[in-house]
Amino acid sequence: MVAKLFFGLLMTLAAIAALLLILTVVGGIIAGLLAPFVGSVPVAYNFHSVRVRWTSTIVAILGIAGTVGVFVAMLSLARGFRATLVASGSPGNALVMRAGATSEMMGGITLDSVRVVQDAPGIARDQSGPLVTQEVVGVVPFPLLSTGTDANVQVRGVSPNVLRIRTFVKIIGGRMFNPGLSELVVGKNAARTYSGLNVGNTINFGGGRWQVVGVFDAGGSSFDSEVWCDAHILSQVLKRPDNIFQSATVHLSSPSAFQQFKDAVISDPRMNVDVVREIDYYAKQSTTMTRLITVLGGLVAAIMAIGAVFAALNTMYSAISERGREIATMRAIGFSTWNVILSFLFEALLISFVAGLVGCLAVLPLNGLTTNTMNFQTFSNVAFAFKITFDLLLMGVLFGLVMGILGGLLPAVRAALRPVAVALREL
Amino acid sequence: MVKVDAAGESSLINVRDLDKTYRRGEEEIDVLQGLNLDVRQGEFVAFMGPSGSGKTTLLNLLGGLDVPTRGSITVSGDEITHMSAGKLTEWRARHVGFIFQTYNLIPVLNAFQNVELPLLLTKLSKAERRDHVEAALSVVGLADRMKHFPRQLSGGQEQRVAIARAIVADPTFLLCDEPTGDLDRKRADEIMTLMEELVAKYHKTILMVTHDPLVAARAHTILHLDKGVLVEARQASQDTLAGGVA
Repeated sequence: MVAKLFFGLLMTLAAIAALLLILTVVGGIIAGLLAPFVGSVPVAYNFHSVRVRWTSTIVAILGIAGTVGVFVAMLSLARGFRATLVASGSPGNALVMRAGATSEMMGGITLDSVRVVQDAPGIARDQSGPLVTQEVVGVVPFPLLSTGTDANVQVRGVSPNVLRIRTFVKIIGGRMFNPGLSELVVGKNAARTYSGLNVGNTINFGGGRWQVVGVFDAGGSSFDSEVWCDAHILSQVLKRPDNIFQSATVHLSSPSAFQQFKDAVISDPRMNVDVVREIDYYAKQSTTMTRLITVLGGLVAAIMAIGAVFAALNTMYSAISERGREIATMRAIGFSTWNVILSFLFEALLISFVAGLVGCLAVLPLNGLTTNTMNFQTFSNVAFAFKITFDLLLMGVLFGLVMGILGGLLPAVRAALRPVAVALREL
Repeated sequence: MVKVDAAGESSLINVRDLDKTYRRGEEEIDVLQGLNLDVRQGEFVAFMGPSGSGKTTLLNLLGGLDVPTRGSITVSGDEITHMSAGKLTEWRARHVGFIFQTYNLIPVLNAFQNVELPLLLTKLSKAERRDHVEAALSVVGLADRMKHFPRQLSGGQEQRVAIARAIVADPTFLLCDEPTGDLDRKRADEIMTLMEELVAKYHKTILMVTHDPLVAARAHTILHLDKGVLVEARQASQDTLAGGVA
């Protein structure tokens, strides 16, 4: 009971401290930004001072810029991964899996169920019939071009009409596979990343012999890292029952038809499946990795931020101790404590703003750079690009300003509150 | 006319029963004891005395940079001893011009910007500020050095800029702490001539602390402080009023 009370008290105090810290930082940033308009100390004083004390300014800028760079890079990595997976889903498609399955790998849907799905309302149709692709997925190791070591590739057995369901996927080299043949089409990232996946090559896996006949572009989605073939052939090669698939993806007559389709399928007593929008499924698939990157990246950035704040603190303290005479003189002339605090907050913001920009510019070339990682949901490699957006850059600069304020506030207050007579006498 | 221990109804600065005690650990140090002083508008007063006699402390109290332990200081009818720190800051900006031994110019600002500093606390427009700064720099003879930074000026010129900064906002009085302490005799003379001119021509009131008897001799009145007590006063021209309190 006492322990519980103590813990509750501790949490309350922590929450109050966090709130005060946030208010202080926000207040500090606002005050510093307003300094040129409401403060009396000319900003030229700060610009000159920063320039004159350029060595310690550069140390602070490098500390903050490095941290901002890591922060932005990590977030852009997480964003890129998420964007890649989210791009794999289309709002006009629905995914049908075994009830309770959290990923396709765990799914199982019978041919009978696929038939029910094909007859459900809300499905788009064309001359070939309902637009449904029943799919089988497997993970196959292929040698990486870069290192020669094997990495897992997701091989997806699809229906021949898959390009009419995932309409954003285009064949950009060779041709689509022929149904009933051991032919492969490979995603553009897979073709670039693994050896042997060039059009015209023949490769062996799963006890079968496959010919690469085409390359497709899936618009930067995770499908670009996959290899596709006929679902029936893949089932045979992987020695799986021919009437069991892992998922079925449905192209809806319109995105708004989703609910009608879902209700019809789920309420059918013969079915034991879940129906989700394809885009939601892939967004959910990305959460584990996105969270992992964000947490790890956040941790690294937080540790670096502590160092950067100390660098900023050191810079501001040394700037202030070097300027003890100037501050005391200004206070004697009639500049208030508030004016002095505003002036130093502005200076801290000035340094950290430049540092934030430098950090952002330093990592900007990473934008669009492709890298690979394991998707823990599918145990296969996904290629994705760093995605540095404008809002991420803004967040980076803001992060820099927060570090600047944390480093500048205490020295600014200390400088302003020092008794003028004492400060003048000690010089 | 400076009066020590007088009623002083018409004086500009009126000091009564002023005590200042510092505490160092358990020990109490009486820096000023029961000091009385009246200074009229347009007077030039020099405070002399050995180190530790309380000269700078008195100057700090008169300038509102420190508060007394007991007693009162009234300037132009405003009693400053009970003002809050914020009010005192505002009061300093309006009424006091400081001149320091080491000039205390802001090294990263040029002469114009240094002199302009006190005006930034007023409601004057930029053009008005420019006029005031140019006028102040003309008074000290440095109108042609406006764009120079302190490091580009000689010691005497730096002190002239500091004087321009002290007078630019037309304060009620000037407080000078060893204004010639860092200058050679020739430059010190020039500065003192300038101060005399400020008093004679512009009717400024100046209170100055100095160790240098030659510098002090340029003032109307010399007051000697010893162990926190005004022990002697010499009026340079007439009406010499000697007196002490303690």
